[in-house]
Amino acid sequence: FPGLADVSISQDIPVEGEITVPVGSHSPDEDFSTLDEPVKDTIMRDLKAVGKKFVHVMYPKKSSALLRDWDLWGPLVLCVSLALMLQGGSADSKDDGGPQFAEVFVIIWFGAVVITLNSKLLGGTISFFQSLCVLGYCVMPLTVAMLVCRLVLLAGAGTVSFIIRLIVVGAMFGWSTLASTAFLADSQPPNRKALVVYPIFLFYFVISWMILTFTPQ
Amino acid sequence: IACLVIYLFAEFDDAANLLAANPDATTISIDEPVEIPKNQHSRLQEPGREEDDELLGTDDSDKTELLAGQKKSAPFWTFEYYQTFFDVDTYQVLDRIKGSVFPVPGKNFVRLYIRSNPDLYGPFWICATLVFTIAVSGNLSNFFIHLGKPTYHYVPEFRKVSIAATTIYAYAWLVPLALWGFLMWRNSKVMNIVSYSFLEIVCVYGYSLFIYIPTAILWIIPQKVVRWVLVVFSLCLSGSVLVMTFWPAVRDDNRRIAVATVATILLLHALLAVGCLAYFFDAPELDLPAPIIPTHNGTTVVTKSQ
Repeated sequence: FPGLADVSISQDIPVEGEITVPVGSHSPDEDFSTLDEPVKDTIMRDLKAVGKKFVHVMYPKKSSALLRDWDLWGPLVLCVSLALMLQGGSADSKDDGGPQFAEVFVIIWFGAVVITLNSKLLGGTISFFQSLCVLGYCVMPLTVAMLVCRLVLLAGAGTVSFIIRLIVVGAMFGWSTLASTAFLADSQPPNRKALVVYPIFLFYFVISWMILTFTPQ
Repeated sequence: IACLVIYLFAEFDDAANLLAANPDATTISIDEPVEIPKNQHSRLQEPGREEDDELLGTDDSDKTELLAGQKKSAPFWTFEYYQTFFDVDTYQVLDRIKGSVFPVPGKNFVRLYIRSNPDLYGPFWICATLVFTIAVSGNLSNFFIHLGKPTYHYVPEFRKVSIAATTIYAYAWLVPLALWGFLMWRNSKVMNIVSYSFLEIVCVYGYSLFIYIPTAILWIIPQKVVRWVLVVFSLCLSGSVLVMTFWPAVRDDNRRIAVATVATILLLHALLAVGCLAYFFDAPELDLPAPIIPTHNGTTVVTKSQ
């Protein structure tokens, strides 16, 4: 810089000032603590998240919202209601009855855990709880089928009611499997997709079988 | 049978090509199988020690032992260790299933399909499918058999699922454990050329159970003759897979012990099939169609149907 050749900084001039780095709020949570909000807001926020996921299962598209913010409230509610509705079958307290509450619970949760482990061991990139969340939420069509079956059985238990139940359960089984595959299939390596989809098919088939064979006393 | 064998050789060529394309460490041993289809055809006419070499796979046994040691190097408490047991693609699982249903005479299932890459996917999910297939088929079969009776009330019999699960998983894991321990013990006494790892034995047993899945579905047919024909047929297929796998491993031993071992393997396998048929499927009451019943019983038949 030729113009500055004769500039010299004198020792007398103090160099001082203030350096401030503006700290912006990085996330809206820092503006207020969630501890201070009313309880209704907390509950409504979680309920809205759960409700949004139910809507996503109804119209399965490849959206990542279900995967990103996982929660297990929906699966728990669905599992408990399904297990409760499967009670009151032809239970003679012998070995011939339908599944007990604990058996339904164990099958759904243990089955979901095993399928998640299976997909992770085969090289899937999905996280453990995300997969549990998807599998649990996709039980919803089958819970609806159980409700419909119980209503149909109130009307009668003949051949016609059986055919109606068969069609309803079959359709909901297909819906569940397709919905969960739509969410989970992308996270698998391409040459192992069938290996991951088959256990999901088996899982929903077993639940459908339990629903279809429910006979009231 | 010759057509089946030729078809299988063609399939095997494709499998060998696929293996060649797969950049995996196990591709080292593909030199040997490509040559086999050309001279195996002539070997079928002369049963001898050459066939046993194919069963032993002596050319690549050393290499596969080394490769097996190199592959599973992660410590057993990490997740990656267990991922090595699920390192299979869809087509490999389907090939292994095909190999268990169509046993090629003279070929060893382990050497041909497993090739030092035993997987736990097949055994676990085939057993799970078999458990539910047997429970569901048994329930359906009982429903159809007792359908017309006025006193019959349908029950789902859900307890039988846990019994089926216990039986089949115990068979698929404890019998290989016992067999592996036995083979290790004999190996220390007699120098055997062939020895299998525990996972390879579990793999063979798991895949050999696959034939029972369509068999269980066909057991719904309420005819005793049909059911027993199915039992014998599936036992022949899966039993031959097991025999061709384990005969080379005990052949060098004392003759009696070798024969006893193979006989025990077959006996346990038969026991599983017959036991499942007897426990989960009620006996069909109508073995013969009604018109064949002689006339002096005809009156009782008429009164029953009324």
